Amino acid sequence: MAYPVLSTVIFLPVVGALILLLMGRRQELAIKWFSLIFTVLTFVVSLPLFLNFDKTRSDMQFVEVFEWIPAWNIKYYLGVDGISVLFVLLSALLGPLCVLISWHSIKDKIKEFYIALLLIEAAMIGVFSALDFFLFYVFWEAMLIPMYLIIGVWGGPRRIYSAIKFFLYTLAGSVLMLVGIIVLYFNGGHTFDILSLMSQKFPYKLQLILFWAFFAAFAVKVPMWPVHTWLPDAHTEAPTAGSVILAGILIKMGAYGFLRFSLPLFPDATKAMAPVMLTLSIIAIIYGGLICLVQSDLKRLIAYSSVSHMGFVTLGIFALNQQGLEGGILQMINHGIVTGALFLLVGVIYDRSHSREISHYGGVATVLPVYAGFFMVFTLASIGLPGLNGFIGEFLIILGGFKASRLAGALAATGIIIGAAYMLWLYQRVFFEEVNPHIKGYKDMDLREIITLAPLVVLVVWIGVYPNTFLSFMHESVKQLVIKLQ
Amino acid sequence: MRYYALIPFLPLLGFLINIIFGRGLLKHRAHWISVPVVGLSMVLGLMTVREVISGNVINEDLYSWVISGDFKVSVGFLIDQLTAVMLVVVTVVSFLVHVYSIGYMHGDPGFYRFFAYLNLFTFSMLMLIMSNNFLQLYFGWEAVGLCSYLLIGYWYQKKSASDAGKKAFIVNRFGDFGFGLGVILIFLTFGTLHYAPVFGSVSSIAGKTVVLFGYEIDLITLIALLLFCGAIGKSAQIPLHVWLPDAMEGPTPVSALIHAATMVTAGVFMVARCNPIFNLSEIALTVVAVTGAVTALFAATIGLVQNDIKRIIAYSTISQLGYMFLACGVGAYGAGIFHLYTHAFFKALLFLGAGSVMHAMAGELDIWKMGGLKNKMRITYVTMLLASLSISGIPGFAGFFSKDEILYQTYLKGDLGKVLWLMGTVTALLTAFYSFRIISVAFHGRFRGSHPEEHHLHESPPVMTIPLVLLAIGAVAAGWVGIPPLIGEAIGLHGAWFYEFLSPVVGHPSEEGSHSVELMVMTLSIIAGIAGIILAFYLYRGDAERAKALLKRPFLKKIHTVLWNKYYVDEFYHLIVVRPALWTARTVIEAVTDIGIIEAIVNGVPKTIGRFSERLRAIQTGLVNHYAIFMVGAMFFILAFILMVK
Repeated sequence: MAYPVLSTVIFLPVVGALILLLMGRRQELAIKWFSLIFTVLTFVVSLPLFLNFDKTRSDMQFVEVFEWIPAWNIKYYLGVDGISVLFVLLSALLGPLCVLISWHSIKDKIKEFYIALLLIEAAMIGVFSALDFFLFYVFWEAMLIPMYLIIGVWGGPRRIYSAIKFFLYTLAGSVLMLVGIIVLYFNGGHTFDILSLMSQKFPYKLQLILFWAFFAAFAVKVPMWPVHTWLPDAHTEAPTAGSVILAGILIKMGAYGFLRFSLPLFPDATKAMAPVMLTLSIIAIIYGGLICLVQSDLKRLIAYSSVSHMGFVTLGIFALNQQGLEGGILQMINHGIVTGALFLLVGVIYDRSHSREISHYGGVATVLPVYAGFFMVFTLASIGLPGLNGFIGEFLIILGGFKASRLAGALAATGIIIGAAYMLWLYQRVFFEEVNPHIKGYKDMDLREIITLAPLVVLVVWIGVYPNTFLSFMHESVKQLVIKLQ
Repeated sequence: MRYYALIPFLPLLGFLINIIFGRGLLKHRAHWISVPVVGLSMVLGLMTVREVISGNVINEDLYSWVISGDFKVSVGFLIDQLTAVMLVVVTVVSFLVHVYSIGYMHGDPGFYRFFAYLNLFTFSMLMLIMSNNFLQLYFGWEAVGLCSYLLIGYWYQKKSASDAGKKAFIVNRFGDFGFGLGVILIFLTFGTLHYAPVFGSVSSIAGKTVVLFGYEIDLITLIALLLFCGAIGKSAQIPLHVWLPDAMEGPTPVSALIHAATMVTAGVFMVARCNPIFNLSEIALTVVAVTGAVTALFAATIGLVQNDIKRIIAYSTISQLGYMFLACGVGAYGAGIFHLYTHAFFKALLFLGAGSVMHAMAGELDIWKMGGLKNKMRITYVTMLLASLSISGIPGFAGFFSKDEILYQTYLKGDLGKVLWLMGTVTALLTAFYSFRIISVAFHGRFRGSHPEEHHLHESPPVMTIPLVLLAIGAVAAGWVGIPPLIGEAIGLHGAWFYEFLSPVVGHPSEEGSHSVELMVMTLSIIAGIAGIILAFYLYRGDAERAKALLKRPFLKKIHTVLWNKYYVDEFYHLIVVRPALWTARTVIEAVTDIGIIEAIVNGVPKTIGRFSERLRAIQTGLVNHYAIFMVGAMFFILAFILMVK
């Protein structure tokens, strides 16, 4: 290995945050540019993960391992495989976009905001590349604090309530996972090494208890029904960049947790509990979709749609077959791109109107045609139009789901009807019909905003037309996982 | 040379250029890009068709689209006889509609957008018909649906237009729900989604059953019916027909191209394409035939009483699509595709003619505000008349040959066939009636509008009338490639060339009839057509006094009300789908479950803890002597406990 790619990707944003710390708070423009440069650099140094990844291997690559706290056998242990590598890349990609979209919309405590943003990015990437449970837990919790601050300090009117709710909800889940990790430590030969724990086989009873302990942490993060109610509040109150990170990465950590830990560590419990998980997923898909029909707040609607889409993801994961799992992973990426983009777009119009009420709009397509075009692309991706990314993920998930249970597959497919209904209705109310007097004179998207969204459009079409670029990363690792589950 | 790959991708290129540069650069010159690309793809399309006629069938993969485990599917092209027929229909009608739109959409502020969408539609439709597998078929299927949505709602500032676009998309999703599951079931049964291996091994699974929710169901029947769900949506058959009449909110060239000639026939194409599957299930075929016949009659009755010229033609389209499904359902796929092909010409012509009228009348749609147009718009009138004669099944015109073959094949299909044939023949009478009701009310008699309006009447420019004339030639002559042998022998022509051409893909109908039966069916359908025409002229002569007098009778008035309200199907759906869905979402899910239960618990737990600690705080007095007492007391209890346990 030429240089430690993963450590660089994790610590570059931290270095950026330190430099920002030393800068004067008046140097607003410099702060923004520094943040942008560091996030772009982070993305650039993450590219070797994409280009040099060996797709024929199923094991961990780009591995870095050092002793950290030898007394407790804790290691600084990083690595990625076909399941995690794409999330590292997605996190690195969303970083600069979050900086760009916050350029004018964050006016208060600018320095602190960008520091928080950079620290979140570091923690996110850490979560997806940690191979030591202790290290993983550090990153997992480290993410919570800056996110809590971003909602609580730069959020909307009900930000305090939402931030505390977000914090308590996720903390309650995480604590159970911590207990689970400690139990694993004592039952797995006093190690936090995830790979060595995976190679062991735990008794079924223990698996079952640990499955539910980890479930508590992951289900809250996903969020699965019925522990989803923090998400609409957090999204609604968070500033745009906060929503993008929440939708793009943070809620992926839950589903990633299932893939990385629950499935390989507790395969027997997973198989036994799969019907329960499938049921919860189906409820999330339909429940989350129907509730979108009656939302009057733009961000709240998209937040609930995340519940529905993440229902697809967990359905794919707990179908426990190749198509379901690959569809689930791809759909996590897709959802990060599409819902991230939708929140970016809501941010674009919010900067102009300072209103999230759907009824505030109408006829936006007449006043902001370019904006309407961008929004249309992501709307279509969100409702799974073939040729765009959402379709590939949803199709593989429904196929996998159908293999696991015909009823689950069929019920999940109703989600695509509901999805079309609420997204097209939303689009109609915001963009079509007579121009609402409120929005007259708004400027269309400027170059900064177009640059923010354009990379995501490219990805939406790329994954839709040639998904194999991304699916091929997963094949080997997922195959190993499926074998383990048989 | 894989030049045929350019056929769909040229229009895609046109779309990309127009959507990126149209607004700033091309503007009202958008057709400079859009029309030539479609023209070129028509030329390439016809060249490919010539190759197919000379016996070359193309089946080639372009690249691997999706790979996941044992799931593998490519983007690829299958160009056989069936695709060749569709290629002719799609590229020719699309090109003519593109040309016509230059005149029709002239001066519209969204000119570039219109041509971009039209290009995108042509690309999608070509991907649909040229696909060699089910997933790409599904891609084209959804993509044409998207274009339909965008073009119906093209004048999105109008609420009715944006409502109609949304309705079309969502209603179609109901059909696609079944279609998608059908595709998945095909993969799980055959292990592939490519046509050739699926159709090749389909007979090996005949008779296999699958247990679904406790019932044992014939696998092939289930697959066929799921696929047919998609066809019902896309081709606007009962019970999912409700979106097509509303789709008339779109610009008229769109109605001609998408909602008459091409997209809505995708369902028929799909059923014909999957004939190896349908042929193995008697139940599925019966469902297809009955759905078709019922829809044909049902839609025709509604068409009798509507006043909106485009809506009459839209119901006519639904009805004619019913004929095509009827043909497929009785195993006469060739006849169904033949009707699809002739219908494309005369129905596109009817719509473009209606558009020409609207162009002259500032967008007026009500036939009662027209009248006497035949003197002002000669070309439009004559071409509309030819199209109406063709759809009415008057001998010699294209529609006659295809409709006659369908009715004949239906008649041969046992007792049920006789019933369906009767419905089809009655429909033929109604078809002629509503078609000539338009001719009589709008083109004959006297003009019913104001003087300035009358003064404004004019024939459309050549860029619009030339496509009308070319389509009229098709409406008359397109049927001559499928002259029934009965007539062919009489006039010394080799008949039924079309059916022979298609037979490698769709085979021949199973039933053999006699010349006498064929003659009887043919005579009856001609009589039905002529009777319809005479009746329309009789009732709607002058100011239609006779028709108005009839409507004064209470019984007929009641029927008229039901038909006028389209059998209240929209209202029924609103009552059983839309309102319950919204009620469930608002009350059951949001108010009761989300806020009432989950949030109450989520907010309740911390509150309870808070209240508990509120109480507990009372003992935290901060006085050292209190704490000392607690400590001593606690120590005493612990000691006592330890002693007791020992």
